[in-house]
Amino acid sequence: MKTLFSILAVIVLVSGTAWAESRVPFPKIPKGQGDESVHDGVDIRVDHMKFLLHQRDETMYKGIRTKNEQIEACVSCHAVKDTAGHAVSYEDPKHFCRTCHDYTAVKVDCFECHSSKPDPEFAVGGTSQ
Amino acid sequence: MTSCPKSDMAPASSSRRAFLNAATVLGAGLIIAPGVTLHGVSKANAAASSKVRWGLLVDANKCTTDCTACVSACNTEHGLGGHGRPATDAQWIRKVELRDRGTGHTKSLPVMCQHCDEPPCVDVCPTGASFKRKDGIVLVDKHTCIGCRYCMMACPYKARSFVHEATKDQKPHSPRGKGTVESCTFCVHRIDAGKQTACVEACHKDGKGAMTFGDINDPNSDISRQLAKHGGARIRGDLGLDPGVRYQGLGG
Repeated sequence: MKTLFSILAVIVLVSGTAWAESRVPFPKIPKGQGDESVHDGVDIRVDHMKFLLHQRDETMYKGIRTKNEQIEACVSCHAVKDTAGHAVSYEDPKHFCRTCHDYTAVKVDCFECHSSKPDPEFAVGGTSQ
Repeated sequence: MTSCPKSDMAPASSSRRAFLNAATVLGAGLIIAPGVTLHGVSKANAAASSKVRWGLLVDANKCTTDCTACVSACNTEHGLGGHGRPATDAQWIRKVELRDRGTGHTKSLPVMCQHCDEPPCVDVCPTGASFKRKDGIVLVDKHTCIGCRYCMMACPYKARSFVHEATKDQKPHSPRGKGTVESCTFCVHRIDAGKQTACVEACHKDGKGAMTFGDINDPNSDISRQLAKHGGARIRGDLGLDPGVRYQGLGG
């Protein structure tokens, strides 16, 4: 049931500005860097774990490091900076992943091992908040 | 066979493995269109190939007691900051002193994961987290590691460490977290990018130039030439694990 509510919440979230102006509070999702997203906006909300899991095994077992679908790519392009201009980590509620995950109450384990800060190798900045 | 990554982890005798590899290549040759070989496909995807076997040669005659360039480089590369508790802090490379009781002569050499061809850590892992990549690199898939530490018991080289405490500010290319086992990865992220390992780079830059890294399956590589000319010992070679790390100058 909880999962169903989460999915409904995401669907509602996706369905445009008319909803955003309603009295239901929505998370403010920071915009990513670059011209376009790696995947279509709707797909990525529903399927981002599928992309990540697929890429995880490709990288881990075969050494295929397709840049677009690495977790480092997510946190680099969607980096959020604090008032001092430093990229925030997952500990900060403003972190890109947390904006949605806090809203839907889904725990993220990724950053217990992975870095939640941008990878300098990806050479992108971050949005100021 | 190639579509399932875990199929490579199944224990198989050397002859059976050789047969399966040959059968795969033969099958690919038959199925794939003319002009497109299996080798070509894997190169386009930049996948690790079983044609390569990464190895490391350490010349103990050049390595000195006072030099720890490789250890420092490894710690920096992978963000292995200690907690001031040497008994439990993670350690991917350690310097070992060998002393001949008769003559008092000492040797110093770095010991890390030996990247065995028949790794006992892979044999004992109950979840399949400990595995060997096609190019001979032995790794821990921390997504599946449950932290039982059986592999640490099985490793005759004492090469693996357990992460006891929560980690912070990890390097993006080297994820590490509490409750999992870790060890030298041969700087797999650098290898995939066509670079040398951090320890070898540091050994040549700041150290004594005692380490050589390369493909031991390629007879023309620097490491193969050195091995062909001067030979190289496997630590505990009697165990038949065929480590990818070899040593020169251990005797006497």
